[in-house]
Amino acid sequence: MTLAFYLSAVVAVIATALTITRLHAIHALLYLTVSLLAVSLVFYTLGATFMAALEVIIYAGAIMVLFVFVVMMLNLGSRAIEQERRILKPGTWLGPGILSLLLMVEFGWLLAEAPVRGTAVAHFEPKEVGIALYGPYLIAVELASILLLGALVAAYHLGSREPGRRET
Amino acid sequence: MSLWSIAVVLGVLFGVLTLAAALIWVERRLLALWQDRYGPNRVGPFGVLQVAADMIKIFTKQDWIPPFADKPVFVIAPAIIVVTVLLAFAVVPFAPGIVVEDLNIGILFFLGMSSLGVYSIILGGWASNNKYALLGSLRASAQMLSYEVFMGLSLMGVVVLAGSFRLSDIVEAQRGLWFAIPQLPGLILFMIAGSAESRRIPFDLPESESELVAGYHVEYSGMKFGMFFVGEYLGLILISSMITTLFLGGWLGPVLPPLAWFFIKTFALIAFFVLVRASLPRPRFDQVMSWGWKTMLPLALLNIAATGAAVLWRQGGQ
Repeated sequence: MTLAFYLSAVVAVIATALTITRLHAIHALLYLTVSLLAVSLVFYTLGATFMAALEVIIYAGAIMVLFVFVVMMLNLGSRAIEQERRILKPGTWLGPGILSLLLMVEFGWLLAEAPVRGTAVAHFEPKEVGIALYGPYLIAVELASILLLGALVAAYHLGSREPGRRET
Repeated sequence: MSLWSIAVVLGVLFGVLTLAAALIWVERRLLALWQDRYGPNRVGPFGVLQVAADMIKIFTKQDWIPPFADKPVFVIAPAIIVVTVLLAFAVVPFAPGIVVEDLNIGILFFLGMSSLGVYSIILGGWASNNKYALLGSLRASAQMLSYEVFMGLSLMGVVVLAGSFRLSDIVEAQRGLWFAIPQLPGLILFMIAGSAESRRIPFDLPESESELVAGYHVEYSGMKFGMFFVGEYLGLILISSMITTLFLGGWLGPVLPPLAWFFIKTFALIAFFVLVRASLPRPRFDQVMSWGWKTMLPLALLNIAATGAAVLWRQGGQ
């Protein structure tokens, strides 16, 4: 299980790095999908099986498909690749990269200081997750659903055609 | 990993693949029967060797990758559909003890794998760099995303009644009464969503040959096309065996051994799907979308609400 954890963690890191460096938008999205699948495996090895399944269904299976769909519709050609190439020049990423590296070193240092815990913590059944969500965390679930409802109403409003106004 | 589990893995893999190949002949013969003609009857007795002939043909075809295609994505796309559908078979309980991995999130695993299968169609169409293929894959992504939503929702009534995501628990919970009776709306919704997910008529708009030539796989040839083809049949078997497991009591049945019951029920459903293909026309794409979002989704939500209310009411009565 520990080997599976580290293997999928390494895959997740590599895939995420490739997501950033790919010039082609669809290829980048595919690497991001691989990264999400690897993260799902990480969840699974940590005992959060329900979380792992949701990660695959919602992120890899639905949200990323929508992203791919939109990118396909936009039909980014060689111009977009040129633009990406300009963005990926060292002058652009060196500053933020150094700052992020500092944060990462600090994070690693903090983790090294923290007491060590094993990778396999506990197994959570879907039922326990449901009880926790609709018990102590009910208010968070309700807030999230109100937020989604707001987004739904907004999307409906923005997408609807006003009667009498010509499409531009 | 014991010897028995390795035997189950290999048995399921080869069993399902053989069945998928045999279905090519079965479907053509059944279609012919319902359309009052003979179908393939030349190769071997009753034409059963038609599959072998088709395989020889498909393997000896030139495997052509168009120069304008995105090569790595073009090559990987047909493999995705076969891999995801075969992985989904890992949680299907064929009989007590004959299951590759009886996960406690079995239904979610199935839904996850079927939602990953969409990538195959989208990427295949996109990587072909062809207008017909792109249109087909745009249709596929919109259709499959929409129908996935209530495919998951239509199963939640079964989960509420059985109290588990584990497929073998769901089968055991149907010992008294098949879920097809209390969950009839769920069954109908899942059947429609399932045939949309496996892209069969009346939901084969991604490849609709009359307007898009062949849709997403127009540029594919040889075994890469064969993978899409087999993937579709594997999807049909998967949907039929999931309906058997979730709504028709899985392996449960009198006299005959459990595996035989599972096979009989699954085959009856496959035959039903072929009958649907033989009899229904293909709707317009906007009709498919509005039917999914405006009719099926509210019905699925109503079904969950009604099932939940009934379960709570029965618990309160005790």
